[in-house]
Order: sequence, then structure tokens, then C-alpha cells
Amino acid sequence: MTRLSWFNTVSLTLGFAFLYIPMIILIIYSFNESRLVTVWAGFSTKWYGELIRNEAMLDAAWVTLRVAVMSSTIATVLGTMAAYVLVREGRFFGRTLFSGMIYAPLVMPEVITGLSLLLLFIGLGLDRGILTIVLAHTTFSMCFVSVVVSSRLVTFDRSLEEAALDLGCSPFEAFRLVTLPIIAPAVISGWLLAFTLSLDDLVIASFTSGPSATTLPIKIFSAVRLGVSPEINALSTIMIAIVTVGVITASLVSKRNALRRQKDEQAAVQNA
Amino acid sequence: MGQNVFAPWTDPAAEPLIRFQNVTKRFGSFVAIDDLTLDIYEQEFFALLGPSGCGKTTLMRMLAGFENASEGRIELAGQDIDGIPPNKRAVNMMFQSYALFPHLSVWDNIAFGLRRDRMAKAEIDARVDEMLKLTRLESFARRKPHQISGGQRQRVALARSLAKAPKLLLLDEPLGALDKKLRQETQFELMDIQEKTGTTFVIVTHDQEEAMTVASRVAVMDHGRIIQVATPEEIYEGPNSVYVADFIGDVNLIEGRATASGEDGYSIEWAAGQPPLSAQSKRPFTDAQRCHLAVRPEKVAISHDRPEADNAVEGRVLDIAYLGNISTYHVELPSGLVIKAQAANTRRIARRDITWEDTVWLSWSASAAVMLAD
Repeated sequence: MTRLSWFNTVSLTLGFAFLYIPMIILIIYSFNESRLVTVWAGFSTKWYGELIRNEAMLDAAWVTLRVAVMSSTIATVLGTMAAYVLVREGRFFGRTLFSGMIYAPLVMPEVITGLSLLLLFIGLGLDRGILTIVLAHTTFSMCFVSVVVSSRLVTFDRSLEEAALDLGCSPFEAFRLVTLPIIAPAVISGWLLAFTLSLDDLVIASFTSGPSATTLPIKIFSAVRLGVSPEINALSTIMIAIVTVGVITASLVSKRNALRRQKDEQAAVQNA
Repeated sequence: MGQNVFAPWTDPAAEPLIRFQNVTKRFGSFVAIDDLTLDIYEQEFFALLGPSGCGKTTLMRMLAGFENASEGRIELAGQDIDGIPPNKRAVNMMFQSYALFPHLSVWDNIAFGLRRDRMAKAEIDARVDEMLKLTRLESFARRKPHQISGGQRQRVALARSLAKAPKLLLLDEPLGALDKKLRQETQFELMDIQEKTGTTFVIVTHDQEEAMTVASRVAVMDHGRIIQVATPEEIYEGPNSVYVADFIGDVNLIEGRATASGEDGYSIEWAAGQPPLSAQSKRPFTDAQRCHLAVRPEKVAISHDRPEADNAVEGRVLDIAYLGNISTYHVELPSGLVIKAQAANTRRIARRDITWEDTVWLSWSASAAVMLAD
């Protein structure tokens, strides 16, 4: 381990301070006794208790979770299929156009996506609720999944699929038994990405949600407009905790896999 | 030839296992296979040899079912196989990259094809164990592909492609990823396994030594055409063209004009002021026809004194390549042509009596050289 020079220490500290001070303040104030967010009046967990008793808030959380699970699952299936066709099937008519078009929603302003979906749902006469939010989230997160999965497919050894066909698989079996298990990590990260995107989306959800269903970000946003309550701080702290645990677990698992693989490969070379 | 010699291609009554009839394959405007006709017989170990881009891999992929012929007909055991997908063919392939399934153990890799056939569990177990034994992998059955060495992976790939007992096994540069020593060992192993299983093997390689070692017949390809199909001995000793002579092994090519002299004999004018060279050829040459004389370096003798031989030329030693068991002498003739001669180092190097700048005589018999038309 080398010691950092004073310049590097300062840049590191500044950088991380910039990133994390707002969140730390939020976490600290979630344990504030006082109802006033900016005045510290001693440690307390009472806002967490309040939160559990807040029906509307819990309802919104439950809606958000259901929307996130459903939309990310549908987006993963569709996005993987799109990526597979675009990467695998070579040069079919209009391939460049399609592959360009699948990335376009990535840079499309969310307001526009939300508005166009709203117009579509009104045109179709769909009542706005969970279904419309799920559809909307699927639409915009599908292209993220497709980007993640196709970057994995590009480096995928085509002869693995050919070997599966050669050994008697139908093309669908080859995909199910060989391609899918191998690209599974990319598919899972695609799902997680879609899940997170859906979880914290505010703009598109506010266009496509209706009175029957409100997601957590919408709930928080409208609550904050009436004044920041420590309850919101508590809720945000819980969300930060969940995300942190998720990220740390994912990186630990992948690190352990990498280490084990490296050890196996060394052992194989020595045994040869 | 003795009666037990395996040579079905000399028997006109023999039915070939694979029959290419005027097959052409185009990719856009590129012609990968150009009007090719070829028969391969059961239990052959057939090598497709050629530089990269000569069409050998395309030929193999057409047999596996990954490509379809643009024109012509390909038969496997008398049946036209055009349009039959790879999973419906009694053909298996061993891939250059091995293409082992990384998420499955060695055992499951080998069992993969058998499971697709809905074979009974007990039968699969027995067959996989048999394959593991054949390829000496019993102790690695539970490992994943990344937990074994390159040589072991090669054997897993072989076991997996043999497990379904295909009529035909295709091997795409099967030994390309192995180092030289392991490759030589594995060549003999492959021949052994081919003999034990009686499967027809078609191997694609750009390594002529490998093709010569393992194959019963070799097809030398160039630009989508087959230039010559013959046993390794015939290919080496009796190439039919300058291309084949040059591609297989080392060769001296001397250009000249042929004149008939006696039965099957020719004298060849090759350089002004030099006595003509004598050579024999079963292929007829007209008088003054341009030809190339191909002489293998090991058939050229080198000596200080003028020997009694059909052909003898004088020159100066330019270079000596010492390879341990043999040395190759590069000798420059007065005409500027450089001829290679090989001699076995039966004595220790300290006693070698020919060295750089020496004036030496090169000699070879009339039957040692092959006459090739342009």
C-alpha cells in the first residue's frame, strides 16, 4: 500500500464529500427527534415507527415493488430477444435501422416518452393504473436490457451454439440449454438495471399513473411539496440501505466467483 | 499392394460414404468452393489441406450442415443432405475452439448429445463412461472445462463429438491450440481412436505434417478447388503440380525445357552452358515443352568430389541450417539458382567436413526428380 500525496488525499476527500454528504445528512436527520427537519433535537427512531403505520406510504411502496418486478421481467424477456436477433441474425433487411432505433429511447427525454405513452393510453382508452405504469416502464427499460445483453452476446463464441445444434439441439433448445445459461449474468444485470430504473422513475410514472395507483417516488415528491417531513427521511434511508446491501452483495458474489475461477485455472495448469 | 491394405478408393465397386458432385458455394460474389467433385469412403481418415481461405473449412461446414451448397449435390451414405439441418444429421463436429459448454461439467458435456436423443439414463451413463475411458478422462468427469488443461479440453471435445457414434466425424484444426510436443502425441492418439471406433474422420488442417501423419488420403486445396487427392506418400513423392510440390514439404524447383530421350526418359535444358539434366516421367511431355523439375532436398546428395550420378551440378555453399538430426545446405549454382540439399548428421558436428564457401557437387538420380508441367 502506498501513501497518497496531500493533493490526491484532498481530491479524493472532496470528490467523495460531494457525492455522499447530502445522503449522510439525510440519514442523520431521519433519526431526529424533532418534527422540524433542520433542527436537531436528539436521537430517535420514532419516524420509522410512524412510517410503518402510514398506510398510504406502504401502499405506494407495494405498488412500486410490483410495478418494478413485472416491468423489469417483461423488459428482460423482450430486451434479450431483441438483442439476440440484432446481434445474431447478421445482416437482414433494415438491421442498421432497427439497432439504431432500439438505442434511441436511451437518449429520448423522459418527458417526451411519458407524454407519448399518455397519449397512446388515452387513445386506446386504457384506464391509468398499475397496468399502464408497467407498460410504460417496460417500454423505456427494455432498451437498457437490450444494450447490456447485446454487449455480452457480441463476445459470445458462436461455435458454442453451433456445437449445440451439431449435437442434436433444435435452435430453440440451443438457446435455452447453452446460450441462456452462459449469458445469464448479463441477463440478470439487465433485469436489475430495469428493476432499479423502474423503482426510481418519477417522470414517466407521473404521466402514466392514475388515482388508483401511485408509486413511491410520486408519493415522496408530492409529500415533499407540502414540506419535508422526517418520515420521508426515514423512508429514503431505508431505500438507501436496500440499494447498498444489494450492490455490496452483487459485487461480493462476482468477486468471489472471479477468485474461485482464477484458482481453478491455476490448479488446471499445474495438474496438466 | 498387399490384400490387407486399406484403399477403398482403388476399388471401383466401393460405395463412397460422402460424395460431392460439382459442388459450388458462393458467399455473395466470392466463390468459396468452385465446382468440386470428391468421394470419401467409409473408415477413411481424410485430410483437407490448404492455406487459409482455400475453402477447406467451408467444405467441412457444408458436411456439418451449417452451410448449404449453392450448386451441386452432396450425398451422405447415398442420401442427398442438402437442406437437412445440423441437428438431424448423423455427423458430428469437433470445433477448433473446442466449443465446450463452460457451464457444464466434463461429464455433462459428453452426455449433452446423448440426452438430446432421449436415451435411457443407464445407457447414457454407460456411453459417457466408455468415452471417458477412451479419452483417459475418468478422473476429470466432475470438473468444469476451465478447471482442466488445454490437452484435456481437446480430449473432452473429441469425446463429446464421438459420444453419439456418428457416421462421420469432422475435425476443424483439432490440434491447432496445442503446443508442438503435445500435438505430436495427440496425432497418434487420434489415429488410435479412429481405428478403435471405425468412424470416418474428415480433418481440416493447414499443417501439412499433421495431415501426412494422420491421414489415409490428403486433398490439397487452393482457391476452392481440389488440386490433388492422394495418399500422403503419393502426394509427397508424386505431386501433380508445382503448387502441390511446393505446398507439401521442402522442394527445389528447376525450370527448363524437356526433350524425350529413351523410354519415359527426358533430358532437360535448364541453363546455358550446363549439361542437360536427366529425369523420368510417366506423364508425356512434348519436345521443347516448358517444365519444372521438382527435387526434394533429402534426395540431393552433397559431396566434395564429383560423384558418379545421373545428374551432378557444381556450386558454392551459401548457408547451412543445422537442425540437429539433419542439416540443410543451401548451395548456389553458377546460374544464381539456389538448391537445397539435406544430409543426416550421422557424425558429430565437429567432424562435418563441408562448410561455408566450399565448392561442392550436388547429385541426384534420374528417378528422384518429378517433372511437372506449367
